[in-house]
Amino acid sequence: MEKMPKWADVVLIPLISLILAAILSALVILAIGENPIEAVKLMVTGALGSTYGWGYTLYYATNFMFTGLAVAVAFHARLFNIGGEGQAMLGGLGVAMVCLYIPWPHWSIALLAACAGSMLFGAAWAAIPAYLQAKRGSHIVITTIMFNFIAAAFLNYVLVNLMRPPGAQDPSSASFPEAVHLPTFQSMFSTAENVVFKGTPVNITFFIAVLACFVVWALIWRTRLGYEIRSYGKTETGAVYAGISPVRITIIAMLISGALAGLMAINNVMGEAERLVLNATEGAGFIGIAVALMGRSHPFGVFLAAILFGFLYQGGAELAFWTSIPRELIVVIQALVILFTGALDNMVRMPLEKLFLSLRKGAQ
Amino acid sequence: MEFFITFIQVLDSTIRLATPLLLACLAGLYSERAGIFDIGLEGKMLMAAFFSAAVAAVTGSVWLGLLAGIASSLVLSGLHGLASITFRGNQLISGVAINFLAAGMTVLVAQSWFEQGGRTPSLFGGGRFTPINFPFAESLSGVPIIGPIYSELLSGHSILVYVAFLMVPATWWILYRTRFGLRLRAVGENPAAVDTAGVSVVGLRYAAVAICGVLCGIAGAYLATALQAGFVKDMTAGRGFIALAALIFAKWRPWHAMGACLLFGLLQAIALRFQNIDLGGVVIPVQAMDALPYVLTVVILAGFVGKAVPPRAGGEPYVKER
Repeated sequence: MEKMPKWADVVLIPLISLILAAILSALVILAIGENPIEAVKLMVTGALGSTYGWGYTLYYATNFMFTGLAVAVAFHARLFNIGGEGQAMLGGLGVAMVCLYIPWPHWSIALLAACAGSMLFGAAWAAIPAYLQAKRGSHIVITTIMFNFIAAAFLNYVLVNLMRPPGAQDPSSASFPEAVHLPTFQSMFSTAENVVFKGTPVNITFFIAVLACFVVWALIWRTRLGYEIRSYGKTETGAVYAGISPVRITIIAMLISGALAGLMAINNVMGEAERLVLNATEGAGFIGIAVALMGRSHPFGVFLAAILFGFLYQGGAELAFWTSIPRELIVVIQALVILFTGALDNMVRMPLEKLFLSLRKGAQ
Repeated sequence: MEFFITFIQVLDSTIRLATPLLLACLAGLYSERAGIFDIGLEGKMLMAAFFSAAVAAVTGSVWLGLLAGIASSLVLSGLHGLASITFRGNQLISGVAINFLAAGMTVLVAQSWFEQGGRTPSLFGGGRFTPINFPFAESLSGVPIIGPIYSELLSGHSILVYVAFLMVPATWWILYRTRFGLRLRAVGENPAAVDTAGVSVVGLRYAAVAICGVLCGIAGAYLATALQAGFVKDMTAGRGFIALAALIFAKWRPWHAMGACLLFGLLQAIALRFQNIDLGGVVIPVQAMDALPYVLTVVILAGFVGKAVPPRAGGEPYVKER
């Protein structure tokens, strides 16, 4: 017998965790001498009150959808891919090489090639930890952490020594040519008299992110491979008994995960910066962990959680602009979300299970 | 002779840079030997660095700062224990949360208390750990070879450096020569056996996590009050992860941990002193030095050069059978 109805597991527990995280965040804001209600008002108007705010919120959300999906796919195979940051960095390198060294006639073809390049590079960066986990039993969490640092050093080297245009000071690649600039929401949705999303980086890759959510859903719940990934994640021994190869599933799940993390680069590198800069990912790879945990590793949950974190990021930037609350407040909220929805899950779950069990007894 | 002086100077800065790594590495050793994975070493160090610098700046006493640093690190340890021992949550996710919590809270509180863009005021006088000079260091410095080694390399570090290196034999003794150490190692390999013997698994694991907190606290305080004079945002700069790498490199053994930390400290010292190293036409870029600890760890983890096997019950919450 199930201890709890399914809706409680899917909706109630994340909701309670989120409320706990929100209460603690409000206490933190109070403790540093600011008004939490005012802060929330500022964040809502700043992030959702105008198409300008939405433009940034959706831009951040696009990043987080890709990295959240990356973590979620690995979670289904019971793998904790903490290396989304490094994989997204390498994805950026793939995008930059596609955009800089091949003359493209039109952005649409370039976008397809950039998708392929970013996925290839991201997957390649996940391939070595995946192989080591599958074949040599090296813990994937430790190897992916190490690969994040190796990626940062590698990218630093490539940008400073190889890709930096001659004479340039800051370590970044040359700007991408005009032909590969992606259409932004501003150019897509503005009319002559009404300019919307003015000056915001949100672009066509938002739709690719939504599409990716759908594709991942279909993959996990509607294909044989997805079934194999899920059953391997549930019980390894059962999966082996059913003839599923742990090596194959580990490597494939990590390749998909790395490709999704790498795909983020079409948004931040090709869509926004239009060149490759140092630290282009800005921690989005790690936010993917919070997004996947909150979204319960379901693509629709990831979609909602990514929008929530996009709102937090844009709202936090507005907050830092108008008050003395620094942007790091968002890092604290992110930590609390990971803590409550991830590590302290049982703290919420155990009392709730007891409650539902006693309710059921009362009804009988 | 000039080469020798440079050599001594690099080794001297190796010791300085290896100290926080060593303290954090030993911290992780206690925790992981008891079966609690800890990727939150970085966060605990960062938290301790801030609170030690903040309290030292306000009170002018570095010792109060050290205590505050240890206390703040212990709070995070308690959180990690609560999540991973009491509520049997995922230890890795808890560690990730602790790292972010520290990264955010330190800047938030620093901005609120000092309003200097997420840093503390610079420490001076009694707010810092001062170097301890060994007897006759001054007069012996003229003696060739031995003089520089004694007065430059061994003498003139802050007390926390000596504490860190003394912790190595102490840790070896505690782990391999005391009853507590035996039980601690046992609880990381086979907690059910420890439970059967009538010893509290939960108690032992909390003790290990607390020791880890104290050592991370000292490591953070060293960073902010001895190595540098004050806290700056993200000042641990990945040292917690290098310490984790050193721990794996040393295969969870105290003396080897010291060796690994000295090696990684040497890499940092070389990267700090020379930028790109020219070896007869082949230039080793500085980034290769940065990446080397991580690459070495992956190689060791892969088991191509001596396999690193973690404590068997590591990462698994213990559930008593009923």
